[in-house]
Amino acid sequence: MKRLMSGNEAIARGAYEYGVSFASAYPGTPSTEITEEFSKYEGVYAEWSPNEKVALEVGIGAAVAGAKALVVMKHVGVNVAADPLFTVSYTGINGGLVIITADDPSLHSSQNEQDNRNYARFAKLPMLEPSDSQEAKEFIKHAFEMSSKFDTPVFLRMTTRVSHSKSVVELEDRVEHEDTLAIQHNPQKYVMVPANARTRRVEVEKRMLELRKFSETFSENKIEINDTENGIITSGMSYNYTKDVFPDYSYLKLGMVYPLPVNMIREFASKVKKIYVVEELDPFFEEQIRALGIDVIGKEIFPYTNEFDPGVVQTAIMGESSHKEGNVTVQIPMRPPNLCPGCPHRGLFYVLGRLDAFIAGDIGCYTLSFMKPLEGMDSCICMGASIGMAHGMSHALKEKGKGKIVGVIGDSTFIHSGITSLLNTAYNNSNVVIVIADNRTTAMTGMQDHPATGTTLQGRKTKELNFAALGTALGIVSVRTINPFNIKETRSVMKEELSKDGPSLVLSNAPCALLRSKQDEKVTPLRIDPDKCTGCKLCLRLGCPAISWKNFEDLSDTLIQKKTKKQEGIATIDPSLCNGCTLCEQLCNSGSIEEVQTNE
Amino acid sequence: MSNATKSILLAGVGGQGILRASDILSQVMIEAGYDVKKSEVHGMAQRGGCVTSHVRYGKKVYSPIAKKEDVDILLSFEKLETLRYLNFMKPDGTIIINNTEIYPPSVNLGESKYPRNVVEEVTRHFNDVRVINASDIANQAGNMRTVNTAMLGALSVKLNIGIKIWEDVLHIAFPENVFKENLDAFNLGRNA
Repeated sequence: MKRLMSGNEAIARGAYEYGVSFASAYPGTPSTEITEEFSKYEGVYAEWSPNEKVALEVGIGAAVAGAKALVVMKHVGVNVAADPLFTVSYTGINGGLVIITADDPSLHSSQNEQDNRNYARFAKLPMLEPSDSQEAKEFIKHAFEMSSKFDTPVFLRMTTRVSHSKSVVELEDRVEHEDTLAIQHNPQKYVMVPANARTRRVEVEKRMLELRKFSETFSENKIEINDTENGIITSGMSYNYTKDVFPDYSYLKLGMVYPLPVNMIREFASKVKKIYVVEELDPFFEEQIRALGIDVIGKEIFPYTNEFDPGVVQTAIMGESSHKEGNVTVQIPMRPPNLCPGCPHRGLFYVLGRLDAFIAGDIGCYTLSFMKPLEGMDSCICMGASIGMAHGMSHALKEKGKGKIVGVIGDSTFIHSGITSLLNTAYNNSNVVIVIADNRTTAMTGMQDHPATGTTLQGRKTKELNFAALGTALGIVSVRTINPFNIKETRSVMKEELSKDGPSLVLSNAPCALLRSKQDEKVTPLRIDPDKCTGCKLCLRLGCPAISWKNFEDLSDTLIQKKTKKQEGIATIDPSLCNGCTLCEQLCNSGSIEEVQTNE
Repeated sequence: MSNATKSILLAGVGGQGILRASDILSQVMIEAGYDVKKSEVHGMAQRGGCVTSHVRYGKKVYSPIAKKEDVDILLSFEKLETLRYLNFMKPDGTIIINNTEIYPPSVNLGESKYPRNVVEEVTRHFNDVRVINASDIANQAGNMRTVNTAMLGALSVKLNIGIKIWEDVLHIAFPENVFKENLDAFNLGRNA
């Protein structure tokens, strides 16, 4: 049976078909759907772990017990998981362990565009990279086979374009590869004290030698000889881009991106006159191929930054741009992403942006609040950085920073990597206010559950983390709760807490607007009475997508009276977008915002 | 069947049902016997930002995204968004525009103007331009969420695919309680 599938769905399908029944992950674009899809198959166990380090440790445990374990994360998640990663390379695994790293060239939804092929070389682990969904489904099986055969964790690298594009996949039945599950004691292999680790270290190099040999005959490293003038060495999505514009060139397509098949590369080089290395981000192949003494053309013509497309590859090789941009004379306004109407972050960040304070922010939908008009965030580095940065800043600024430093972090991000930092603010006592913007879900990646939602990935009811009790247990004396839809309360609590000595914890509690709409909560939209609106634009300061400004000259209703001489227009609310959060009503000076009356 | 890969670009604003429409379109092309690849980006962009989806079909498709000046048909769900992707169009490409305006934040804040002459600008560069009122059609079909199927109806006129295939795919794509409304919107879009 043929089906159109995303790369992510195909990975899940491939793992299922291969008989994999264990997965752990932390959600992160573009990797999230792999675990979500996998969790739906019958008879499998899949979990959202609190972060990628835990997810990998969970996977290692399962693998050492004999299971085939799939561990999934986005590229920056591997940074979090790097500690166990580098040492599980020494111990090896028992069953099978495949780690998916979903990289994000062009930073579609990330804070950096690191090239995780470097992790394969750094941690001395093999890495595969598929170019479309059919390959994604096949490669996950190859990866598990290699993992068992060479007793090694195996990386499978996706990129956003492979994860999120859809192509035709041939479905197959699940093949039951029974896991040999048992407790086995083998401390020499799994207790990495120096003496044992030194021994395992040698095994790693032996394994690398074997993997190099294996890569020479690996079925997914393929040479296609056509036109012998021009040869392309490439992998993943770049293969498709290049093949699209240069179908007649010769290709060495690398399904295994580390370690490289050196003899195959030499053979390919002997058959073609000129070689282009087409790879997004780092010159990972290029540098290794040049080190073999083979002359290639690479980053001198191809960009280091952003993902490619067929046009980028064509322009780099042909040396000319075929398209004529800029023939549109109209000014096109940008359309950046925005917080949803009724988003609980809007009220919180409206208040934070108006405090005389540095707002150390974090990763989530709320990061968007750095933009106009909210301008409620001053920094965002990585998951959890808000709390550590606020604490460091407080100690550096001393009196100067008193009452002026806030760290704000989402619920899922706090669980991911904020807990130890919050402990630090209590332990090393700083004058900071830490806000947990708790919207009861991992919103940005598409509403995943986490340890404070009371539900697991596979829908089981479970314990709910209590943030207030946790804060108290960590040693935070002042723990307050606010409703971010109440601007006055939010502002006064923030000011009170900022005036106190020592760290405070403020829990900003209101569920995500999408979560509420999913639960079919009834909403009453608001309207602006055009006869009362004075055109003061206070409501526009919220940046709500449901509110827009209309100049008098653009209005068809000519009966609206100007309330002041200077008034240029009125604000309006789109009732189909508004969900009645009332923030604008709280800001309105003229009392012109009211509930829409329905005639039922 | 022609060997050349054809490209259709769907563009609009998050929430307009563009990804669903491109899924349906892709399935139609598969049923018609083509190899198909489609591509879009999810994640942060979905929060009210621009949404595009490339659908490419042919005998054997490599890249899931088209390069500039290589798109055959632009199906634009929002007027302003049409302008953003004109440089992707083949000079003799077809453009179908939904006559709907959704203001970006900067326009709502009064910091920039929503261009008033979008259709004129597009017809200045392209000959084959059609404007349809997909929102009116959706309203007529009895469900405002059928804008995307109305747009597919308008698109279907430009593609040489049997109507039976479209109907079958729509039937599978929608639950029974909304299938009729979607089929109506599709047919109204076809005749718009």
